[in-house]
Amino acid sequence: MAEMLAPLRRWEVVIWLLVLLALFLGSFLSPAFLTADNLGNLAANLSEIALMALTSTMVIVAGEIDLSVASALGMCSCLLGLLWSLHVPIALAMLAALIAGALAGAFNGVLVTWLGLPSLAVTIGTLALYRGLAFGLLGDKAVADFPTFFTNLGFGTVMGTALPNPMVLFFLLAVLTILVLHATPFGRALYAIGANPVAATFAGLPVLRHKFLLFVLSGAMSGLAGIVYTARFSSARGDNAEGFVLPVVAAVLLGGISIFGGKGSVIGVIAAVFLIGILQNALALIDVSNDILTIVTGSLLIASVLGPNLAAAVESRLERRALPGGRRRQPRRENEA
Amino acid sequence: MKRRALMIGAAGAMLAGTLPAEAAGIKPGLTIAFLPKQVNNPYFTTADDAGIAACKEFGASGKEVGPSSAGASTQVSYINTLVAQRVRAICISANDRNALVPYLKRAMAQGIKVVSYDSDVAPAGRQLFCSQADNETIGRDEVKLLGKMIDYSGQIAILSATPNATNQNTWIGFMKDELKKPEYAKMELVKVAYGNDDDQKSFTEMQGLMQAFPHLRGVISPTTVGVSAAARYLSSSPYKGKVTLTGLGTPNQMRAYIKDGTVQAFALWNPGDLGYLAAYAAGSLCSGVITGKEGESFACGKLGQRSIGADGVVILGPLTVFDKSNIDQFHF
Amino acid sequence: MSAAVAAERTGLFQALARVREVGLFAVLAALALATAAINPRFLGAQGVKDILEDVAVTALLCVGETIVLLMRQVDLSISSILGLTAYATGALFIAHPAMPIPLVMAIGAVGGAALGALNGGLVAWGGVPSLVATLGTLYVFRGADFAWVKGAQINATSLPGHFLGLATAGVGPVPFLALIVVGLIALSGYALRHYPAGREYFALGSNEEAARLAGIDVRRRLLLGFICCGAIAGFAGVLFTARFGTVDATAGTGLELHVIAACVVGGVAITGGVGSVEGAAIGALLLATISNALVSLRVPAFWEQTIEGAMLLAAISLDLVIARHTLALMRSGRRHG
Repeated sequence: MAEMLAPLRRWEVVIWLLVLLALFLGSFLSPAFLTADNLGNLAANLSEIALMALTSTMVIVAGEIDLSVASALGMCSCLLGLLWSLHVPIALAMLAALIAGALAGAFNGVLVTWLGLPSLAVTIGTLALYRGLAFGLLGDKAVADFPTFFTNLGFGTVMGTALPNPMVLFFLLAVLTILVLHATPFGRALYAIGANPVAATFAGLPVLRHKFLLFVLSGAMSGLAGIVYTARFSSARGDNAEGFVLPVVAAVLLGGISIFGGKGSVIGVIAAVFLIGILQNALALIDVSNDILTIVTGSLLIASVLGPNLAAAVESRLERRALPGGRRRQPRRENEA
Repeated sequence: MKRRALMIGAAGAMLAGTLPAEAAGIKPGLTIAFLPKQVNNPYFTTADDAGIAACKEFGASGKEVGPSSAGASTQVSYINTLVAQRVRAICISANDRNALVPYLKRAMAQGIKVVSYDSDVAPAGRQLFCSQADNETIGRDEVKLLGKMIDYSGQIAILSATPNATNQNTWIGFMKDELKKPEYAKMELVKVAYGNDDDQKSFTEMQGLMQAFPHLRGVISPTTVGVSAAARYLSSSPYKGKVTLTGLGTPNQMRAYIKDGTVQAFALWNPGDLGYLAAYAAGSLCSGVITGKEGESFACGKLGQRSIGADGVVILGPLTVFDKSNIDQFHF
Repeated sequence: MSAAVAAERTGLFQALARVREVGLFAVLAALALATAAINPRFLGAQGVKDILEDVAVTALLCVGETIVLLMRQVDLSISSILGLTAYATGALFIAHPAMPIPLVMAIGAVGGAALGALNGGLVAWGGVPSLVATLGTLYVFRGADFAWVKGAQINATSLPGHFLGLATAGVGPVPFLALIVVGLIALSGYALRHYPAGREYFALGSNEEAARLAGIDVRRRLLLGFICCGAIAGFAGVLFTARFGTVDATAGTGLELHVIAACVVGGVAITGGVGSVEGAAIGALLLATISNALVSLRVPAFWEQTIEGAMLLAAISLDLVIARHTLALMRSGRRHG
């Protein structure tokens, strides 16, 4: 019994099965669902959240959190727009947006690692700060007259297919993130840091330097997502991507990353991003309102932790009954921050 | 809620009696979707409910879908879904003039008719725009209305929607231009504040305006959310009666403040009529009655014959100014 | 850690918390006086009334959040709980205009407590980390709100005048709303410090394992903490309706991060065990004063949020520096004494 359930204890497996189930459900609910155009549009719409979820995964694995990602996106998008409207070449403006994102991340990193402030508090502050700067840069203006080749980067698809360009970028970066997180010393160090920063320090890992780097990466990714957003909508304005932050965090957590750090894989997070996107699209196609999706998302999030916990409890009870005096299974996640 | 349902019911019953046998050449069985800036705004609920009722009149099925917040991108996934669903027409009030254009173009390329209402997109992204009133008139009339009430002198402020709201920014542009005329030489625009079309934020912004500019004589709030929040603040503050508030509001939200003297007069079009017009325009486009060219005209139920102006704009009509004398005749 | 050392440490942190409150108060007074020097209206009767009205609901939410933060947990769902009870209040008054206000308040608090119990149950018995559980319920409760309310809105005109009077009328420049909130803050502050049950929240957040060993029923305490927080958020929803008069399905959206920010500014540690409800309330007052002062000083609208974010970061950084300095001083004082 326990053997059979073993793969299901791995959340990544469960969530990919849920993605398959959602795809099946979608095609069953609406004939319009399983078409290349619809799936392409569905994926394109997830671009920014998917990109930011990759770096947010790393940040949360290391036991920190970055709530400023969406505001940094808005700020970078506005900077890009402002520079373009001042006749700066678009390539240079894009580079500036990336650098601005990295700097925004570095600022978070400094406050968290040098001053030792809790990242939750710091990034609530910079969430307001960067959004404020976004509005400060462009005010009530919206920059829209971007060159076609630039907007095609965001809006276009790969040569005649329905695969949107930003998704190619996402897949490349997703593979890179998987490799970095699961197959390099740096990645393993992040898990060690998240699991126990004190032990990681004693083991000689540069905890603070790694964390600083993570915030820089997270900020740079916001810059990149800002470029994608601006290209996709051909629009730079202060409120760009407002409200994207909780969906990013929700996707990471739903993907099985422990909020306490040290656990989970980016493969699960990718599945989580698509699971939410597929459900949203499928429900919209049958005219089910967004409210239901909100409820489903929240419930899934809770179930993603509650489910395995309950399963573990049931399993350990079964096992104890089968093997009297047998070693207790590892206890469930405890409530410590 | 109940009042709205009754109103629409009454309108439906009234129209059922006078329904033409075949609504001016509109084909039956169309599906028309309304995509407002945000679904939780009573203004759009009124407009879209009337639009859906209009669809029933000519045998189409109407529905409303949309986001709960008004960002540039929030409407895109709804456009994509409507395209996948193969609706025949989309009536949209755009959150961004440009961001939606490529997506709407894609919809039109697949044969879907696009009519913007309330808030326009760039002309490349739609066939028709049902405008509540001429933008220039709205902007200038608001200033004229306020000027008259404060004897053309003193500091004034504007309480707008979001900093990126397309309609409000256009109107504010015309307001500023109007204020340059010599008769307004003694009026000074001291601040444009943003309530983000959020009731609470508008309320606190109004508070802040009064504190920062104690000599403020008048406020224009060209958004239904802002003007009602501002009126509510003024009605319970010592500034009531001292500061003149006007703007664009719905009679139901403003009735109490007109009656207690907080507000003398404000203006608006009938949002229900706007949704109704958009529905007929969409129906006529889908049926080939019109193609969207300047000079064409179509029958629009209880609103009579309407014609298309330059740039594919159909204008609903002049603003109605509401004050003590007429407010009880309006219920929306 | 022996009991004596633990007690001494707790005493030290308590003293530290006091120092923080005094410091915050000094900052608050300096800010208010400086602003009033430029714009005397800022501290006029109407100015004071405006700030108190603005801060009342947030300060009340801070009380509940503080209890949860003390336990080293977090509750993100307060804004959604507030949204539900705010609309329920309006709906109750429309259905029964003669309903006594205390009854409506009780219904709001009980409703909020029930939702809080769900959070508490998930955390205490489900083993779901509070950030995940309450992010999930933030979505679920808000989704339920949307599904219930749809596009409807409650207007001030359909609420009884004496109910709205809670916010508009009062004693001198102090609205009844603020009096109620101050009373609740004083009450909960006293209870937290002077009742054993109250001190258990501090114990839980300082060291959960030690608290367990000391005989505290951790799960029960967690559950009760979340119930308190939910009840307070539910009650705050009633006051929200009295204050604004206009309620739709989005009421209170985004308030959760603002409340946590206020708590942190007010010296409540996000890492648990340290802080006071009075401090958190002062934090909320400081944030409200800053944003009102910026408007009073005619700062352009686009830069307001930037400055607010910067002030927030400055507050927590400064707080940390002062705290470290004080801690060092106290330690050396002890050594020599």
